[in-house]
Amino acid sequence: MIQQELKKLVVYAFFLAVLLIPMLGFKSTTFEPGRAFKTLGVFLAILVLNIIVKAVRSRKKEEDLRPKKPWVESIRERIERYPKIYTLGGLLAVAAIFPLFADNYMIDVGITCLIYVCLGLGLNIVVGLCGLLDLGYIAFYAVGAYTYSLLNLTFGLSFWTALPIGIVLGMVAGCIIGYPTLKMRGDYLAIVTLGFGEIVRLVLNNWDSLTAGPNGLFGMKRPALYYPSFGEDGLAWATYYLKSLPSLYYFILIIAILTIIGVRRLDNSRIGRAWIAIREDEVAAELSGVPTTWIKLLAYALGAAFASVAGAFFAAKLSYTNPNFFLFMESCIVLCIVVLGGVGSIPGIVVAAFVLIAAPEVFRGLENYRMLAFGGIMTTMMILKPEGLIPATRSRRELHEDLATKPKD
Amino acid sequence: MDLSSFILQQIINAIFLGSIYALIALGYTMVYGIIELINFAHGELFTAGAFIGVIVLTALQQLGWVETHFVLTMIIVFSMAMAYVAVLGVAVEHVAYKPLRTSSRLSALLSALGMSIFLSNGMMLSQGVSDRPYPQVFGVEGIEFMGARISNGQIFIMLLAVALMVSLQLFVHRTRLGKAMRATAQNKVMARILGIDIDQTIRITFMIGPALGAAAGVMVGLHYGAVRFDMGFLFMIKAFAAAILGGIGSIPGAMLGGLIIGGIEVMWAAFLPSAWKDVTTFTVLILVLYLKPSGLLGKGSAEVRV
Repeated sequence: MIQQELKKLVVYAFFLAVLLIPMLGFKSTTFEPGRAFKTLGVFLAILVLNIIVKAVRSRKKEEDLRPKKPWVESIRERIERYPKIYTLGGLLAVAAIFPLFADNYMIDVGITCLIYVCLGLGLNIVVGLCGLLDLGYIAFYAVGAYTYSLLNLTFGLSFWTALPIGIVLGMVAGCIIGYPTLKMRGDYLAIVTLGFGEIVRLVLNNWDSLTAGPNGLFGMKRPALYYPSFGEDGLAWATYYLKSLPSLYYFILIIAILTIIGVRRLDNSRIGRAWIAIREDEVAAELSGVPTTWIKLLAYALGAAFASVAGAFFAAKLSYTNPNFFLFMESCIVLCIVVLGGVGSIPGIVVAAFVLIAAPEVFRGLENYRMLAFGGIMTTMMILKPEGLIPATRSRRELHEDLATKPKD
Repeated sequence: MDLSSFILQQIINAIFLGSIYALIALGYTMVYGIIELINFAHGELFTAGAFIGVIVLTALQQLGWVETHFVLTMIIVFSMAMAYVAVLGVAVEHVAYKPLRTSSRLSALLSALGMSIFLSNGMMLSQGVSDRPYPQVFGVEGIEFMGARISNGQIFIMLLAVALMVSLQLFVHRTRLGKAMRATAQNKVMARILGIDIDQTIRITFMIGPALGAAAGVMVGLHYGAVRFDMGFLFMIKAFAAAILGGIGSIPGAMLGGLIIGGIEVMWAAFLPSAWKDVTTFTVLILVLYLKPSGLLGKGSAEVRV
């Protein structure tokens, strides 16, 4: 076996060298192979490590035939030993006191993470539950952001009045993209949604008279809270604009918690089961009486609604928005969160959003490698662990029957 | 320049751009025909070809070969780029598609998308964020024809594109390997029973398709004078629109679709606000998928059929 692996290693090394040396060795006109060899070394180290792990595993298997539980599983079991309310309460307490300890920069990172939690959970409805690959999801985020910006700037509508309008427009946009694609197969759908996302971005970019084009819109009011106060002329409603970072943090924290609750309720509802039925087998679902057309449109509309809320918050927080916030890459980041966390898994997506968004901020040197890592993670996850870091209970039961004999929720 | 020669000029430009789209679309169509999946990394393979092209061409230019051995230089540039991308295509297939051949479509799509992001950012890190200038090997001289002009570079690129397409058609229809490819595309199980090595056939498809894309990448670089790590994205969507329009899986369809998409884009840019030309292409893509998902010359269907 070792001989076979070594032979493979040599072949891989040869092809890696062929691929890496020209692309990494030539920087403009000079040949500097150092970088190529370094990268080659990294790849080879990974391959060698892989062989060692394989060898150790196969030797262990001879001694102990029982399959070992993966570490994520053991952590999961340790957590599940306590009542759920303790875990959730603990997490909530940590989230609530976080701004007291963190500096403004960390709070800002926290806000970004929470925005991506909302986006990830929204996309999870479309990709995770309904099984429709949406590569233009960020368009709905843009719809939310621009709806609030335009309504606030032109009509002076407050965040709370603009939010429902943004949600409705987001849902309409979801249906517009959903309707023509109802009967399409996965890969066609992916391309169409990608095209749609680009159309939205290009329209925002080109429609100068409405959206100010690439310059973007600025000067939107922050979200406001209203409270009664006694002034000189009696009882009046005073306005408190959420300007400081901690207040914005708490605001998005509440939105994220509401999103989590909403998605969880949807997941366990009749509609959620219908989505999963469509994901597993559309024809069988249709034959079982699931109105697939409406249920699919609903997935798009609801997914878009969550993104729209996140977008409105994003525009309000920055007081600025421009079309370049809504590049295709953003859709990929959100998709990567869903994939890494586990398609259909709510805790997985929350964890993945924090890992993927916070890690590049904390390790600044790695920032340039962020998207490279995202791409690598996506491919690797699909090959090694398609159910994600924290698999949804349902898919865990499907994929590992041995681990989930007793139903839990 | 009067209107008729202006229109003629636009037609020439449309055919030129269309033949490049057609070359890229061929890569999609071939891969799709064999494994029924879109190769999301195709745009990045195309860009990689353009980068290898500029690296080789710059090296040869420093040797002074461009002036002395022009044809040989072009042969080396194109064949190096195509060979490199053929290897890269096989690597992509081996890493991102092969382990997932039996998994769900969604998994394979996501893994291919991951590969595309990985490659595009890998090229950004290794070759830089800014435009990479291509050496200008073609002069300004060209042929004047009824008031329209077509440069030598354009003629060369169009002839090469046609030659590549014709040789692909011959390969697929006249050789044993081509026959194996067609058989695999029709029915994998039956092909295997008849003794066709499916893995090898898929690998060869992943060599030829991306290699054609690489040639297109070098052509784009030669014509527009620059490459960028993310230029594959727009070309990918447009070539995909071409492949769908012509009927995915059909080689003549990809050529026809390429010409139509190129025509729409050039004509739109010539007569209507050019900032919106990409919006038009995307809209055409969505409309085609909605109205005639089987494409003009295709037999398959984009709809769900179980």
